[in-house]
Amino acid sequence: MAYAEPAVVDHAPPAEVPEVELYHAKTWLTKYVFSQDAKVIAIQYSLTAIAIGLVALVLSWLMRLQLGFPATFSFIEPADYYQYVTMHGMIMVIYLLTALFLGGFGNYLIPLMVGARDMVFPYVNMLSYWIYLLAVLVLAASFFTPGGPSGAGWTLYPPQSILSGTPGQEWGIILMLVSLMLFIIGFTMGGLNYVVTVLQARARGMTLMRLPLTVWGIFVATILALLAFPALFVAVVMSLLDRTVGTSFFMPHIVEMGEQLPYGGGSPILFQHLFWFFGHPEVYIVALPAFGIVSDLISTHARRNIFGYRMMVWAIIAIGGLSFVVWAHHMYVSGMNPYFGFFFATSTLVIAIPTAIKLYNWVLTLWRGNIHFTVPMLFCIAFIVTFLNGGITGLFLGNVSVDVPLSDTMFVVAHFHMVMGVAPIFVIFAAIYHWYPLISGRMFNQALGLFHFWVTFIGAYLIFLPLHYLGFVGVPRRYFEIGETGFVPESAATLNEFITVVALIVGFAQVVFMANLAWSVFRGRVAGRNPWRAVTLEWQTAEVPPGHGNWGPTLPVVYRWAYAYSVPGVEDDFVPQNLPPSQVKAADPSARAAE
Amino acid sequence: MAPSELASATDPLAQSKGWPSIVADWSSDQRAFKQVSWGKAMMWIFLLSDTFVFGCFLLSYMTVRMSTTVPWPNASEIFALNIGGNDVPLILIAIMTFVLITSSGTMAMAVNFGYRRDRAKSAILLLVTAVFGAMFVGMQAFEWTKLIEDGVRPWGNPFGAAQFGSSFFMITGFHGFHVSVGVLFLIIVARKVWRGDYDNSRKGFFTSRKGHYEAVEIMGLYWHFVDLVWVFIFAVFYLW
Ligand code: HEM
Ligand SMILES: [Cu+2]
Repeated sequence: MAYAEPAVVDHAPPAEVPEVELYHAKTWLTKYVFSQDAKVIAIQYSLTAIAIGLVALVLSWLMRLQLGFPATFSFIEPADYYQYVTMHGMIMVIYLLTALFLGGFGNYLIPLMVGARDMVFPYVNMLSYWIYLLAVLVLAASFFTPGGPSGAGWTLYPPQSILSGTPGQEWGIILMLVSLMLFIIGFTMGGLNYVVTVLQARARGMTLMRLPLTVWGIFVATILALLAFPALFVAVVMSLLDRTVGTSFFMPHIVEMGEQLPYGGGSPILFQHLFWFFGHPEVYIVALPAFGIVSDLISTHARRNIFGYRMMVWAIIAIGGLSFVVWAHHMYVSGMNPYFGFFFATSTLVIAIPTAIKLYNWVLTLWRGNIHFTVPMLFCIAFIVTFLNGGITGLFLGNVSVDVPLSDTMFVVAHFHMVMGVAPIFVIFAAIYHWYPLISGRMFNQALGLFHFWVTFIGAYLIFLPLHYLGFVGVPRRYFEIGETGFVPESAATLNEFITVVALIVGFAQVVFMANLAWSVFRGRVAGRNPWRAVTLEWQTAEVPPGHGNWGPTLPVVYRWAYAYSVPGVEDDFVPQNLPPSQVKAADPSARAAE
Repeated sequence: MAPSELASATDPLAQSKGWPSIVADWSSDQRAFKQVSWGKAMMWIFLLSDTFVFGCFLLSYMTVRMSTTVPWPNASEIFALNIGGNDVPLILIAIMTFVLITSSGTMAMAVNFGYRRDRAKSAILLLVTAVFGAMFVGMQAFEWTKLIEDGVRPWGNPFGAAQFGSSFFMITGFHGFHVSVGVLFLIIVARKVWRGDYDNSRKGFFTSRKGHYEAVEIMGLYWHFVDLVWVFIFAVFYLW
């Protein structure tokens, strides 16, 4: 056959990016604590994010306990409930998901996947983590201040967020705002690194159109974040001034407890615009890395190249661009000109097109693939299904006339938990299981992994599917208890109890997950090189886990795209990106004939 | 890192011009911007992000200015200086703007002399830029003092809408902070140029990266940006 002809030349363009001396840490402290190595920073980011994420998880149990068994837990006061809602939402969205996807996976995977030795500015990268840690600590400190954390809802809408009726008005809101400012500053330092590393520090032969989709997702998400966080930053600064100095950027004339407050003339709607100009892209800051990771994982675990790679890249870019022109779909009930409503509804629905392309391509990748039902693969399939579910309810809510009655009901809570709560969390699990052998050098326990998957997957549906129904019958969102109403049937209470029980079970399944990871670090089977037989560069490092500088003495050279699975006429069912064409073994023709 | 030296004398892609060359760069490996070093790329992207911050601040200012029902104070009266018995409108701002724009000129010259390895001239021009910057901040402090003496506060003022003072202090404060940080870094860069850090590739104290004259240019990018932003603030705050 033609494949084995000796004419194969290993061509790669000459090196044009000079090698940069790395900072070689000498002490334990600079190696593992104040480390400038992106891989260590990634682990620091991830562990911090998971730690604060656990707080948010516990808060969700407390909320569910209250909703399932109202008037049973005397330690949950109405004010507490609002604080749980607020802290749970904010921590999950910003401090867990954003930090884990970009700070965690971004730091670990970008340099390895593009074939760099590290991020371009390791020192700035290190600062990014420490400022993030500070932001987390400031946020956590608000639990211990007089009055407790803010109870303004994760959207922090003024005027209510800074008025005295709202829990945490004394200190909680101030710490929340300061913490967000710190988060944004820290994120920016990291984000600049990720973008420049992808643009300017790739390996020889690594063109943009050979990047794994994981890198594309994280890259575009980072750009979104760098352009969207400024709006939140400005909103936060002005809120802080309103609260502490007494300016009236967002505060209209307002009477509180029969007393005219000194505020006046500000625009509460302005805050909403700024917040959602950030808030909607934020959904995609979380979703795009998930899209990318899922694409790579299903391709690897189905031994099949991704379907429509270019289309996938352009869809990521299109979604990223469109996400900046849909923000006001969160403000239909704030009152707006019908023409604007029309515009934002249309732009919202248009996003469904590139998103649907991605979904079809995932399904077509799986179609007739050699699917291995590994734990990461199961979580990826769960993601695809869940994202589809959440996306469809998003089409409901994108339409003004459907949104208005459903707004502020449990339907909305169900929708966004599906689309940006459960779905990205599935990808995080998939990614952790997938890259665990690379990061730790050991394999996790399969049986426990499967247990974790099935409990979490089925549990998530048992929790969130009924919530859609509760929303339809009119159970409002952010309510401490609904008591008796004319429209909510009594059976809703039973359903709520059921949801709570499931939520607790799902919560405890996460303990199994963490125990599995912790135990396997020490006791797991040694994974060896490239256990998933993947083609991307991160699995081709000199040592496993990759050492300082990633590649040993010579940098990798890339010869092909990131999806060379089951290439016809080749012996192995995968061809690593950096395997020179002259070394690709042709399949034994007799074996092929026997097929 | 030595960016442009290594660039693409041998690279056939670099020969093409116009749009095809852009396409060629972006579809090539290793770097999307062939002549741009890491540091410059990072500064450009940071400035893009910062543009969004300033943009949001200015748009917010415009929004509150339109949403308040109380009349907006007359900027040219408030920002007038009494010189020799006559109120001269906007005179201080005119001088401040002039100083800042001049500093952009000296900055550009510093970059030029830096690339010519003229250490002394480059360092002095950097310092001159820093002095202009400090003058700007000083005049701003003077203006703030004057307004505060006239009773303008972030939460209210005797001339009209409270949001006037709020936006004024917030936006000029945020911009002044940028200028002050710039002055600080100008002094640091000037010291490094003067000491010859960029000639003998001395490693940075914090980053332990080798220094390069490009740092002067990156500093310049930031400085010109801060100037440019001021032009917009000047236009929408003082002239509107
Ligand atoms: C264990 C899984 C989870 C459970 C049981 C859960 C439960 C809840 C509950 C009961 C509420 C309050 C509903 C209300 O009264 O309005 C809520 C709100 C919220 N959750 Fe979750 N949640 C979970 C995971 C997540 C995740 C992973 C995210 C990440 C995006 C998330 C984001 C939010 C947000 C943004 C809110 C809205 C907060 C607000 O209204 O201000 N949740 N969740
Ligand atoms: Cu949205």
